[in-house]
Amino acid sequence: MKALAARRHHRAAPVVLLLLALLVTGGVYAVLAPSPATADTASTADIETGKKLFQANCATCHGPNAEGTSQAPSLVGVGAAAVDFQVSTGRMPMQMNGPQAQQKPRQMDEEQTAALAAYVASLGPGPAIPTDEQVDPALGDSSNGALLFRTNCAMCHNAVGAGGALSEGKWAPALWDVSERNIYQAMVTGPQSMPVFNDANITPEEKRDIIAFLVEQREGSAGGMALGALGPVSEGLWAWVVGIGLIIGAAVWIGAKSS
Amino acid sequence: MSTIHSAAQPTTPIGKTADYLDQRTKVGVLTKQLVRKVFPDHWSFMLGEIALWSFVVLILSGFFLTMFFEPSMALTHYHGEGPASMQGQLMSVAFASTVDMSFEVRGGLLMRQIHHWSALVFMAGIVVHMMRVFFTGAFRKPRELNYLVGVTMMILGLGAGFTGYSLPDDVLSGNGLRITDGVVKSIPIIGSYMSYFIFGGEFPGEHIIPRLFTLHILVIPALLLALIGLHLFLMVLNKHTQYPGGGRTDRNVVGYPAVPAFATKMGGNFFIVFGVLALMGGTMAINNVWNYGPFDPSPVSAGAQPDWYMLFLEGSLRLMPGQGTEWVIGGYTLSLNVLIPAVVVPGLLFTFLFVYPFLEAKVTGDHREHHVLDRPRNVPVRTGLGVAFLAAFVILALAGSNDLIATHFALSINTITWVFRVLIFVGPVFAFWITKRICLGLQRKDRELVLHGHETGRIVRFANGEYIEVHRPLDEHDRWLRVNYEAHKPLEIAPAMDARGVRRKGYMVDRQWQRVSRFFFEDRVEPVTPAELAAAHAHGGHDELEAERGTPELVSGSGNVEREH
Repeated sequence: MKALAARRHHRAAPVVLLLLALLVTGGVYAVLAPSPATADTASTADIETGKKLFQANCATCHGPNAEGTSQAPSLVGVGAAAVDFQVSTGRMPMQMNGPQAQQKPRQMDEEQTAALAAYVASLGPGPAIPTDEQVDPALGDSSNGALLFRTNCAMCHNAVGAGGALSEGKWAPALWDVSERNIYQAMVTGPQSMPVFNDANITPEEKRDIIAFLVEQREGSAGGMALGALGPVSEGLWAWVVGIGLIIGAAVWIGAKSS
Repeated sequence: MSTIHSAAQPTTPIGKTADYLDQRTKVGVLTKQLVRKVFPDHWSFMLGEIALWSFVVLILSGFFLTMFFEPSMALTHYHGEGPASMQGQLMSVAFASTVDMSFEVRGGLLMRQIHHWSALVFMAGIVVHMMRVFFTGAFRKPRELNYLVGVTMMILGLGAGFTGYSLPDDVLSGNGLRITDGVVKSIPIIGSYMSYFIFGGEFPGEHIIPRLFTLHILVIPALLLALIGLHLFLMVLNKHTQYPGGGRTDRNVVGYPAVPAFATKMGGNFFIVFGVLALMGGTMAINNVWNYGPFDPSPVSAGAQPDWYMLFLEGSLRLMPGQGTEWVIGGYTLSLNVLIPAVVVPGLLFTFLFVYPFLEAKVTGDHREHHVLDRPRNVPVRTGLGVAFLAAFVILALAGSNDLIATHFALSINTITWVFRVLIFVGPVFAFWITKRICLGLQRKDRELVLHGHETGRIVRFANGEYIEVHRPLDEHDRWLRVNYEAHKPLEIAPAMDARGVRRKGYMVDRQWQRVSRFFFEDRVEPVTPAELAAAHAHGGHDELEAERGTPELVSGSGNVEREH
């Protein structure tokens, strides 16, 4: 102890300490950091097919080696999850320019999508496509999901995921018809205007809780027709159309005999 | 003894009871008067009943809800029959009891939904009733006071809606309370004190739900009930207005006696209103608070809006630019970005409603009683102002829904907001102008009809080769409807100097009122006078001849109009 104390003012002490601190930080990070798995099942053949598909359908905007151009971002390191999300929902290849990429019937079938995902995943490590267990709503806790959704998602996607408006014509889509896998992928990759919710931010189990909450909302409302679950504006509209409409119609009918 | 028993004795149990009561209270006199009271009949006279009957439904369903609601902000963890997504969550007892009454009380959710739909329809009923009253001039003497009672009830209705909306203590209603807190705090000098006074400390505190509960189930309904009583009493006292038409004047009431005709219609209307509200409550979900979750000051969800009748305030806030409108003067903040949209704008709108009858009385200089309603076209500026008011209200309400308009019509929310920022100034002016022109056009069409009658499409050639189209004159009822109104002229005021050349006191004020009066009545279409009608008929003598032959019954008894054949 005494020896250590004596050398504390040694010229090299700060450098040694700094190196030690870096080593510890790096070591701890290596142990704790979420390891973004690449699609390790992909065969070389898949990657080759994917590359061909990419060059035929995507390279115009994303560049011949997916390095990105002035029109579209680089895809190095976006991972298989991003490709699967964008291509399986029909957002990519993009139909037209606009505030944000629109959904359309998917252009690539399952196999082609998998090949594309394998190719892009081979370019650099990124989030992988989640397993079925990771997105199984039956395994999630919808109560915890409700809490997380309210805090992290509802400000754009509406309290039960009915969707909402963003600035300049962009929007947060309704989540009624989005597959569990796509919901998970959207959280880890942050498509369009959506922020990335990485595994440190919302753990994979919590992501599954959110999926459980959203799937529960699809059962509809206990009170009858949900009217889009859009809140007081749609309720007010229906109060005028159905309520006042029917009652005034009846009043005209009752009053019709007078004059 | 024999004199007392000279009248027929009641024999049935009902008759005996009635007689018993009558001998002690003279209730028969009042009943006889009410039963025989004549009410004019028109479907639009039932619009106020929508509000009345919705209020009855509100009281009935609200009574049920108070049996199960606990207005407490104490915290609890929820475990019950509610949705899985609520289990174990930390929430206030108020919220938990709302979920419980929806899922554990038999018929509780139905009652909640009926109550909420009734509230929306109640306010809508008030609005359509007010529109009828405003556009037909039913607020004129002697009904100004009853009109004020009505406007006051409308504002109380807003208060009832707001306090009720906040009770379940969910995220959405908490957002509404937070806005209220901000609005109160934006009032200069007293704002922050007022906010602490209302919430019993910093928002949200622990007192607001019990306080709103007392207001919602006691103070506001009691005031509303009292005012409804006064409203109906004044309606009976002043007699009901009637639409213009043959035989209807300011000195009579043409209609049916209260019993059986009017009472039957009123009762039938109650069942229809109740039925529609129950149907809505049973089939259409409304304010499922577990969707929003228990209140927590941090989250706000997309599509967070108040109920429709408060939407204009939300829109007003959404339209107000935030930059450069918050001033710090000597260390004190003046939040014009909240004060103007949330205090000044509604202040202007409500002031207009409160003062309009008195303004119109002033500029017409008319102190007579009016029991015959105006046709909206015959008072173009009033109709124009009313439509302009509605336009402002609708534009603000749409601005409050700008995010839903953006998503549903694939538009940019920024563009929509800018369009509404311009429209809120231009829209009402344009609405006023176009409405006034339409009214004047309709009046001219009426004049034309009265003078020349309907075109029949029958072309006749005379022996001398002249062609004419036969016009069929209006029958006397139709003519009465179109000529029996008054086109007010701008006020005439005494000259600035009297005969001796001395300046008259009050001239400047009079001149200002004359200017306002000119705005109202400068453009007008005078009703056809008997002389004009006679002249027109003399001019179109051939038409008359033909028409007379075609429809001889029209000639008889044309009142003050002399025919010459």
